[in-house]
Amino acid sequence: MSIFIDNSTTVIVQGITGRDGSFHAKQMMEYGTKIVAGVTPGKGGQKFEDKVPVFNTVAEAMKATNANTSVIYVPPMYAADAILEAADAGVKFIVAITEGVPVLDMTRVYPFVKEKGARLLGPNCPGLITPGQSKVGIIPGRICTPGPVGVVSRSGTLTYEVVYQLTRAGLGQTTCVGIGGDPINGTNFIDCLAAFEKDPATKVVCMMGEIGGTDEQEAAEFVKKNMTKPVVGFIAGQTAPPGRRMGHAGAIISGSAGTAAEKIQAFKDAAMGVAQRPLDFVELVRARLK
Amino acid sequence: MNIHEYQAKEIFRAAGIPIPPGEVATTPAEAEAIAKKFGGTVVVKAQVHAGGRGKAGGVKLAKTPEEARSVADKILKLHIKDLPVQKVLVTPAADIASEAYVGIIVDRARKKAVFMVSPAGGIDIEEVAAKTPEKIMYHPVDARYGLMDFEAQQMGFFLYKDAKQARAAASIMKQLYQAFVKSGASLAEINPLVVTPKGEVLALDAKMVVDDNELDRHPEIAKLRDESAEAPSEVQARNANLTFIKLDGNVGCVVNGAGLAMATMDLVKYYGGEPANFLDIGGSSNPEKVVNALKIITADPNVKAILFNIFGGITRTDDVANGIVTATKQNPLKVPIVIRLTGTNEEIAMKILQDNGFSASSDMDEAVKKAVELATKGGKAA
Repeated sequence: MSIFIDNSTTVIVQGITGRDGSFHAKQMMEYGTKIVAGVTPGKGGQKFEDKVPVFNTVAEAMKATNANTSVIYVPPMYAADAILEAADAGVKFIVAITEGVPVLDMTRVYPFVKEKGARLLGPNCPGLITPGQSKVGIIPGRICTPGPVGVVSRSGTLTYEVVYQLTRAGLGQTTCVGIGGDPINGTNFIDCLAAFEKDPATKVVCMMGEIGGTDEQEAAEFVKKNMTKPVVGFIAGQTAPPGRRMGHAGAIISGSAGTAAEKIQAFKDAAMGVAQRPLDFVELVRARLK
Repeated sequence: MNIHEYQAKEIFRAAGIPIPPGEVATTPAEAEAIAKKFGGTVVVKAQVHAGGRGKAGGVKLAKTPEEARSVADKILKLHIKDLPVQKVLVTPAADIASEAYVGIIVDRARKKAVFMVSPAGGIDIEEVAAKTPEKIMYHPVDARYGLMDFEAQQMGFFLYKDAKQARAAASIMKQLYQAFVKSGASLAEINPLVVTPKGEVLALDAKMVVDDNELDRHPEIAKLRDESAEAPSEVQARNANLTFIKLDGNVGCVVNGAGLAMATMDLVKYYGGEPANFLDIGGSSNPEKVVNALKIITADPNVKAILFNIFGGITRTDDVANGIVTATKQNPLKVPIVIRLTGTNEEIAMKILQDNGFSASSDMDEAVKKAVELATKGGKAA
């Protein structure tokens, strides 16, 4: 078992003929992901790698393949529209890898996707991988191995670091999800924690957060109230200096500075394990698997 | 991207918001001339990318042009949160009957732009929010419809009982929302919004932060960037497409990805060291970036050891290795370097490094520990 994707996942790649899109489409195919179509406006009718049909629009790709997932590698100024297009065409799970999507674009995208009943992961995220079954996004496949640990993170390379340490220690993963670090993202920690709680194969969850905002504190509250499975947390940025903040609005809206200390305290209050460094996950997870 | 008050005021004025006139001076003599032109009492305000200007002595009243000259002289010598004040805004002092606060920010939790308005504006607004939250109205805006008239009016009447003032405030909020969206901002703020004894509603201050991701769409806003008001090392890093923040320690860090970069700094501290910086070379692989990163880090005389921590996903570790070799050939290092590389093309990267006399590890803890040791002992290059 796993969350969000497995070996029945069928994927459309939006931006499949671009530099990043083509590179990662190949990587996903090599991993075993079922890539059923690509979309690049103006290149409809071509075949990617002699196998995957390319369409001009997501609607056409959906009509031909009825895929359940799409992954987006289009440039930042067009990414919001690509997400809207996928949701409108009836794609139920949309993974937006693109970094640099304007946040005001996301304020329009989020309610639209919600109304269409789709799930969005990202933008500005590495995607997700269910080891041995499917990967959607850019997480390197060879650092993962199947097993009982669920992983969710706001960061990219920090996720790789922790997964790599777990795999080296023989602790495999059900699914590893990078939710991305943008202010407005489609899927948050709580969505992933809830899914891991329901997934019978997941026995322990690792969660990597960062300073800023209150997502981790809310996630800790969710763990306290709703989770029976153990969760181990880490906060990056314990030594980061406070920024030169402009204006008062940020402090008023969150009522919190989003410091590492605040977040770690929230983890402790929720009886979560706290990793001081990435390597600590190994022992903390091992102890909770016994 | 931060812009100055005087720049934000120009944008707000263009949107129709009533704002008293003002001019920018870079010398005390200019400040005096502007004060003379306006006549009467003026306010001299530091133009700097940091909050808390008033509390730091960066905002002063001057009753005469001579006084404007002398306060401008003092303010132009200030550093506020380490940033030098290079410009002041001189503006006629307004008579104030009441101060309100109006702000818009993109809120992560609500996933919307949210208006926050309070009749208790001024420099203590954060305290108002913390202690008397009932004095603040929060109003999320659905970006698909924009700020509707009745919504603006609700907020106007929350600020003022007087219908004329409430309507004036409502129209200012509509204009502020338009300026916010049109500029691709992530924050726009008027603090204070004042009522004068004559009953006029005026914006006396203006703040705006623009989403860096919008700058390609708004070249006219991108032009407003004032590099002289930013830390030079941060300007150099941005122009090289790197994210850099200088710190006070002695272990120079080069990492790919912000989360891993912060975790690396934390680990330096965990092993008893102090990071000299935060530096994220980002996702793309380009040896040139590594060359620039090393230039920036070695310019800091506090750096006693350099630590690379690269986990290759999109980033190809061989590109990073090539960058290290090129950079150190151009400018031989005077301090030791510790390299940790793993991930995409790791074998090729290790070979490149070995062939050029570097050693590298694939273990993060090991590398960080070694870098801390070398920085503390002042050891020799590997």
